[in-house]
Amino acid sequence: MIRHLKILEYALSSLCRRKFKNLAIIAVYAFTISTLASILFLTQALKIEAAKVLIEAPALVVQRLAGGRHDLVPTTYGDAIRALPGVGSVKPRVWGYYYDSINKSNYTLLGVEAGQTELELLEGRLPQRPGECAVGAGVAEAQVAGIGDDLLLIDADNMGRAYEITGLFRADSRLWSNDLIVFSTEEIRRFFAIPAGLATDLIVEIYNEREVVTVAKKIKRLFPDSRPITRNEILHTYETVFNWRSGMILTVFAAALAAFCILAWDKATGISGEEKQEIGILKAIGWDTADVLELKFWEGMAISLTSFVVGLLVAYIHVFMLGALALVPVLKGWSVLFPPFALTPYVDLYQIVVLAFLTVFPYVVCTVIPSWKTAITDPESVMRG
Amino acid sequence: MIRVRIFIGFLVLLMSAQFVLLVGGHQESLQVDRAGVAAKRELVKTLGLTDLALWTEARYSRHPSQADLFTSFQDYPGSFDHFPAGSIIAPNPTGLSTTLRVRKSAGRGRK
Repeated sequence: MIRHLKILEYALSSLCRRKFKNLAIIAVYAFTISTLASILFLTQALKIEAAKVLIEAPALVVQRLAGGRHDLVPTTYGDAIRALPGVGSVKPRVWGYYYDSINKSNYTLLGVEAGQTELELLEGRLPQRPGECAVGAGVAEAQVAGIGDDLLLIDADNMGRAYEITGLFRADSRLWSNDLIVFSTEEIRRFFAIPAGLATDLIVEIYNEREVVTVAKKIKRLFPDSRPITRNEILHTYETVFNWRSGMILTVFAAALAAFCILAWDKATGISGEEKQEIGILKAIGWDTADVLELKFWEGMAISLTSFVVGLLVAYIHVFMLGALALVPVLKGWSVLFPPFALTPYVDLYQIVVLAFLTVFPYVVCTVIPSWKTAITDPESVMRG
Repeated sequence: MIRVRIFIGFLVLLMSAQFVLLVGGHQESLQVDRAGVAAKRELVKTLGLTDLALWTEARYSRHPSQADLFTSFQDYPGSFDHFPAGSIIAPNPTGLSTTLRVRKSAGRGRK
């Protein structure tokens, strides 16, 4: 044990002799790891959030397609769907988008049936009458309005309408409700000029989870112009969006990995004359090849472990404490209303282990192999260069 | 062996900080699971929500799960997917995944 510690001590003093070069390597290495880890932490947190919450998403959403595009669906479809075995309730949903030309932002407008008025994540109450609405925190900020204030919107007839804000969705729900404006169904029909008997889509409740696909097939057979979307498909969408293989993440990931490979390759091929001479001297004074390899192993380990732990720490603070500041401009795109990330730290240890394996292991190998080549050469010829 | 002590001490300090953050984060996520997730589920169930309110710039990025099947061409056929959000979403593998061949039977072909 003492022997290993002494070799480690020698490795550290060897690193200290070239401290500026090694500090530069640690800085680049830690930056690469923190970039990779930030992306992993962020996407994992969003993916788990979606997976945990969307369990309560509608079991089946039925859209109607016309000319290959989403179109309004007759509510009479709902009557036929309700008659299918295993189907519970069928609710028509009326919703749409609204472009606010003053703020240059898009809102999602949604109609709810009068009934439930209170929600844990809602301050105030849901709209019960025409002329009332509940808004998300992003909309409230954009409109500089709160509960009791009026919200001015232009309807489908190009008429300005004022709605009293009766509810405000709490900040905790921003990832879900940031751009929402909720009206009563009656009011949203009037606002978008959607005639009675038509809806944006239908929400179908199915008693047995295992029958969802069967019911979806039956609906498709019954109404060939319909497009049933199951809850599993919704969950799968978010699984795919925040997957390792998704476009943006893969690009950043690949760039960071390429940068790391260049660093490791430089290390593997660029063992300096000074280092070669040092190995030659060590061999000449009686060190075994195994001792030299252990020395180089400890040097590589000291640099990679320090960089890995620093990189991971920086990534955690960046994503979960600073709201992924550096990644938001990339993710935000053209969204004017973009919720600030207050993410729950769902961290997957498996991903940390994979990251460690992908970075620490190759770096140590890249440090040891060229030294091994030098260490098995005759010390005299190594020292002579 | 002063350097070994300093190095191990430094590494232990960093790892402890990381450990504390991870354990604290795990506790927080459990707490959120107990209280926060139930409230969010209630919200999603009551309003019938299907998507995260992340990218509001276009309808196919606001509701990726409800968008048309060929979302890259929402605005006009052949248009580029001009919002950065589109690049987050992985495209389908290129090429045909399934090929269906239909042939006339020999008997019918002669007729």
